[in-house]
Amino acid sequence: MYRSHILICGGTGCTSSGSGAVIEALEAELKKNALEEEIKIIKTGCFGLCAIGPIMIVYPEGCFYSEVKPEDMEEIVNEHLIKGRPVKRLLYKETVEGDSIKSLNHTDFYRKQMRVALRNCGVINPESIDEYIAYDGYAALAKCLDEYTPQQVIDIVLDSGLRGRGGAGFPTGLKWKFAAANQADQKYVCCNADEGDPGAFMDRSILEGDPHAVLEAMAIAGYAIGANQGYIYIRAEYPIAVERLEIAIKQAREYGLLGKNIFGKGFDFDIGIRLGAGAFVCGEETALMTSIEGKRGEPRPRPPFPALKGLFQKPTILNNVETYANIAQIINNGAEWFKSIGNEGSHGTKVFALGGKINNTVLVEVPIGTPLRTVIEEIGGGIPNGKKFKAAQIGGPSGGCIPSEHLDVAIDYNTLIELGAMMGSGGLIVMDEDNCMVDIAKFFLEFTVDESCGKCTPCRIGTKRLYEMLEKITSGNGTLEDLDEMEKLCYYIKNNSLCGLGQTAPNPVLSTLRHFRDEYVAHVVDKKCPSGVCKDLLSYVIIADKCKGCTACARKCPVGAISGAVKQVHSIDTAKCIKCGACIETCKFGAIVKM
Amino acid sequence: MKNKLETLPFKGTPEQKEQLCAIIEEYKDVPGALVQVLKKAQEIYGYLPLEVQIDVAEGLNVPLEEVYGVVTFYSLFSINPKGDYRISVCLGTACYVKGAGDLYDSLQQKLGISGGGCTPDGKFSLEACRCVGACGLAPVITINEDVYGRLTVKDLDDILAKY
Repeated sequence: MYRSHILICGGTGCTSSGSGAVIEALEAELKKNALEEEIKIIKTGCFGLCAIGPIMIVYPEGCFYSEVKPEDMEEIVNEHLIKGRPVKRLLYKETVEGDSIKSLNHTDFYRKQMRVALRNCGVINPESIDEYIAYDGYAALAKCLDEYTPQQVIDIVLDSGLRGRGGAGFPTGLKWKFAAANQADQKYVCCNADEGDPGAFMDRSILEGDPHAVLEAMAIAGYAIGANQGYIYIRAEYPIAVERLEIAIKQAREYGLLGKNIFGKGFDFDIGIRLGAGAFVCGEETALMTSIEGKRGEPRPRPPFPALKGLFQKPTILNNVETYANIAQIINNGAEWFKSIGNEGSHGTKVFALGGKINNTVLVEVPIGTPLRTVIEEIGGGIPNGKKFKAAQIGGPSGGCIPSEHLDVAIDYNTLIELGAMMGSGGLIVMDEDNCMVDIAKFFLEFTVDESCGKCTPCRIGTKRLYEMLEKITSGNGTLEDLDEMEKLCYYIKNNSLCGLGQTAPNPVLSTLRHFRDEYVAHVVDKKCPSGVCKDLLSYVIIADKCKGCTACARKCPVGAISGAVKQVHSIDTAKCIKCGACIETCKFGAIVKM
Repeated sequence: MKNKLETLPFKGTPEQKEQLCAIIEEYKDVPGALVQVLKKAQEIYGYLPLEVQIDVAEGLNVPLEEVYGVVTFYSLFSINPKGDYRISVCLGTACYVKGAGDLYDSLQQKLGISGGGCTPDGKFSLEACRCVGACGLAPVITINEDVYGRLTVKDLDDILAKY
């Protein structure tokens, strides 16, 4: 028995902020005070508040410390753990109210959330199967094998209305039903953990924080469709997640929860890990399967669909990590429970990785149908530095932007499509008035040009041409006709590409054209970038009133474009200026501006 | 992928070759093992020059063109040598909107190399990557295993000076 448990986040965010060193320092302090037998340190998965990491929670009090450093550990041990006085200066400020400390569950950040897929993240030690089992782990698998036929399992998942959380939102139960109906000597269950959408990290957090939830769900899927082998395809860039998965698989095998004759019910199922090698297109289902086969991860034409001919030409189902994280709880709590959450046609919760120009860069899980405003203003804490919200980009390179006039729309699969965006994996990047929407569209196109596999012409050449048109516009050479041409090309690429990458690649352009056409017009007609981002449309100017003639900028300028005598107002030769911005950084008086 | 044919001479050692042969032997008869073998080969040599690709092709009895196709398809594989300190600038969306593009431009200027390149002394190499998943710390760069977050262009000199 321990009198106190200390949870410290060991996810990628907090590890990057140094939680490893904090744990070491805490261990040393506990040892120094001979408290190792009384106080237990648990390294958990992600709490979601990565921006204020490393994070540490002391139970039973539930004191939530943020941004802790190794040197703070002495004080926390001496004051809090020995004398029982929480160290106020280190507590997360949202939890401190005058003299009292409130629970994290009552802060704005957690109150509006509903944690289903992230249920165990930050709560249990992901490297301990016992802790997972203590939280009803593997009960759903036992229930399926014990009480339900494979058909009944499929019916429950179908009935719950669960839709794929990885992108397109295809009904999960339907996928399972198709694969179950096809007879074969071998079938496969795959998990897509190739989280390629830059800015989305919920799959990684689930795998780091609750890996067994995914293993259990894959075994349930295997039982439902009649497969006995699973593969998890995970990015090599996620070393912590890979390690935790390896540990989890090993533990599950030791406990007989993977392998032969699970629960003595004659059901065999095992899981292997395959590392991705960095290719966005491998998030597409047929490309992912080709990649597991050791080839260039190029997509295949469908039909035949993977439910008939997938991995190694055998019936295969592929679901995303977050989708799997819902399965065990649907089985445990029933389809009706799941249907009671969310919107008509979009049941359950969705995890969003909220990032960009936002006060709380966090991982949040809310019922589907929660308005964007709630997520951004209440949970995310609004936009920093008093700037104005411009747009939220959702769905990554396949998604679109939602402007401020639609902030009150309930986010679900259907409303997002109507607005020209898509749920995608749930990356939600907030942009303020300093972000240029044409530049953002160009940024995403550069990404898709880079990541297009090259197999089909509309995507390979179309995205390149689209990128060139955007480049023409941001360099001040665009015309109004270009905008129409661009739109035409977008639809051509969408309608003719082989796989989801090409079919959605023009979305960032189409949605910015739709919601921010005025910015495009400013670029092509006025030759101005209203947000001051596109370098070719800017010039650097010294404001005479503010310039003290200190010569700092002139000395810093790498091309000698700034001239002026000491204590005299300086000036910039725009013909020579390369717009590197070094002068702005150097000037102490804020006398240089981009116009 | 922005892979260019490497130009520096190949300096593989007999020990490395021995390790590679052992890996090839292990995976020779496993179907679809090419990606895994290349991954291990890159761990041995640090990159995948043509010489190594030829060894893999011959060892696994796969056409060299297919090996080259796989190597150039995945961004994890590099046919250029990397520096002792590999600098990756995250150009994921969250980092980009917070100014990672400026960090990348500035590092190219400071190091005098373009993205994907390596300084002539072999000390630093620079590349862009897509999301290390530390979006809470945006914008982020990594140098080997070290992660630096919440950066501005002003912080870069101090960071480079540490190496």
